[in-house]
Amino acid sequence: MSLRVENLTVYYQTLRGDVRALEDATFGLSDGEIMGLAGESGCGKTTLGQSLIYLVPPMKLVKGRVILDEDVLPINDTGKMDDFRYKKISIIPQYAMNAMNPIRKIGKMTEELLRSKKVDFKAILPELKRRLDLVKLPQEVLDMYPIELSGGMKQRMVMVISTLLNPALLIADEITSALDVASQKAVAEMLVEFRNQDCCNSAIVITHDISILYQIADNIMIMYAGQIAEKGTTKTIINTPRHPYTKMLISTLPEVGIRHDEKRLAGIPGNPPLLLNPPAGCRFRDRCPVAFEKCLDVPPFIEIKPRHFIACWKETGANA
Amino acid sequence: MLRLDHVSKIYKVGTFGGKELHAVNDISFDVNVGEVMSLIGESGSGKSTIGKMILRLISVSAGTLSFDSIDVSTLKGGALKEYYRNVQGVFQDPFSSYNPIFKADRIFSIIREEFFPEVDGEEWTQKVHKSLESVGLNPEHVLNKFPHQLSGGQLQRFLIARALLLDTKFLVADEIISMLDASTRIDVLNLLADLKARGLSILFITHDLSLGYYISDKSLILYRGCITESGSTQKIYKKPYHPYTKMLMASVPRLDRKWEKMEIDLKGEHSTSPVGCSYFARCQLVGKDESCMESNPTLIEVEPDHFVACSKL
Repeated sequence: MSLRVENLTVYYQTLRGDVRALEDATFGLSDGEIMGLAGESGCGKTTLGQSLIYLVPPMKLVKGRVILDEDVLPINDTGKMDDFRYKKISIIPQYAMNAMNPIRKIGKMTEELLRSKKVDFKAILPELKRRLDLVKLPQEVLDMYPIELSGGMKQRMVMVISTLLNPALLIADEITSALDVASQKAVAEMLVEFRNQDCCNSAIVITHDISILYQIADNIMIMYAGQIAEKGTTKTIINTPRHPYTKMLISTLPEVGIRHDEKRLAGIPGNPPLLLNPPAGCRFRDRCPVAFEKCLDVPPFIEIKPRHFIACWKETGANA
Repeated sequence: MLRLDHVSKIYKVGTFGGKELHAVNDISFDVNVGEVMSLIGESGSGKSTIGKMILRLISVSAGTLSFDSIDVSTLKGGALKEYYRNVQGVFQDPFSSYNPIFKADRIFSIIREEFFPEVDGEEWTQKVHKSLESVGLNPEHVLNKFPHQLSGGQLQRFLIARALLLDTKFLVADEIISMLDASTRIDVLNLLADLKARGLSILFITHDLSLGYYISDKSLILYRGCITESGSTQKIYKKPYHPYTKMLMASVPRLDRKWEKMEIDLKGEHSTSPVGCSYFARCQLVGKDESCMESNPTLIEVEPDHFVACSKL
């Protein structure tokens, strides 16, 4: 087991009280696994990714711990986390491709980044060049400014930089979102290639686009309003989901081959609850077609079949 | 109803504007009453430029763009206002379409001041309520609120309701659902389908092929400002002919089958010469040769209502 997250609960502190963005998340990642993390905006998926590597105010750790390989990550201590960041655990934040220093050449910027982590740039340069080949970028990009690269190229460059030290865990937050379909496919496939070549051990891919996850992920975890709803193998989640939210979410996806006059897809009525004072129990309750009185309690996240976890009273009721 | 006849948009680029960039290159199509036309393409394909030209936000460099047989670029004053009564646009980011200082329903009172000063208060409120209900919103829940108090889907439907107040006949929908969540985007898409059934024509600009397929009757695939393939949506999706369309179709992530292994060439320069096939640099077609660059490929009808611009067919 490469990553183990136990009861992780993270709130955002605001003047009006705590925003309960991540509640009691428990899951694991095995070696070499790519786990997709999907959900609507505001469901806490980015909070989860970020709290694993950079937990700073207004984020607040309420409880829980994170174990990466054998080490308990000091996620609540920004200073101590510095030893792990980038080397053991690395993140590609959302819009990272626009966060490259515009007035530094890319090679120079990488060099400075590595120096801040006390890594010798010269020694790693051959590997850097090999990685550039891997993502089909010419080596000249190191002498270019970020503005000279297209969106897809920048995204691939960011992937190379963040995985340069072979982190045990890579968190990729919405890396395909702002790209065209062709670049999207290329970037997603390169991520798999990185894993295959051991540039990173395992990866969490955060996205709102489930169809991308179907292409590249081994397992998918679905979140709703700060709670984990369901986790299972990609095939299980897509073909035989059990949680009502997952079922509805997947049925709303338009696909090539479905037209409005032949098969009218329906959205999920209602809106996600505000997380400032979320309703007690299952947070999907108000929009759920099968909710019953038991749903006023928080459903436990239970393994109903091997590697298939679900938090729903309706599905787990009998043995809970 | 709306007709584009050999429309081009040329930007001057480079030092002193010495070079020309053909953002839209010699495009012709028309949209009829109650028809949904998708413009599909990657970023830089000129799809938004076409939308902006229709809304007269930017000028047309060459060719004519006409609405109900009147050249749009000649409209001035009252006639232009009348044009905006018929043709309206909704854009990608609903949050930046509003002024955050004012309440969101200010967009309705502006419409009233500009277009309906004679309608009295009570009647106007009725009208607003009716149009909000027709886009699936409960007026009591959404009126009198600031933009940040409403969700993206609600704001986007507000903008569509605003267009409906004017009895719009033609809607330019530029990536209107790409910023919405999966659970709400299908509602907005269904709303467009309902409006189409009531006779509204829609130009649906998107980079998402599955959304285009869901809603549109006709499609236009654009690459670097040129049409590569056009015609009936079902025919194009069922049997794409152009190598670019084929590559796009193969790259769409689907839930029923995995990606096939295929080399995608991501390079390809923006051609500054208006002559020759714009897709040449990235084309994976086996038979491609120099002759592709000698002339512009013309649209050939490969089957009824299905046109392809590739000289190697």
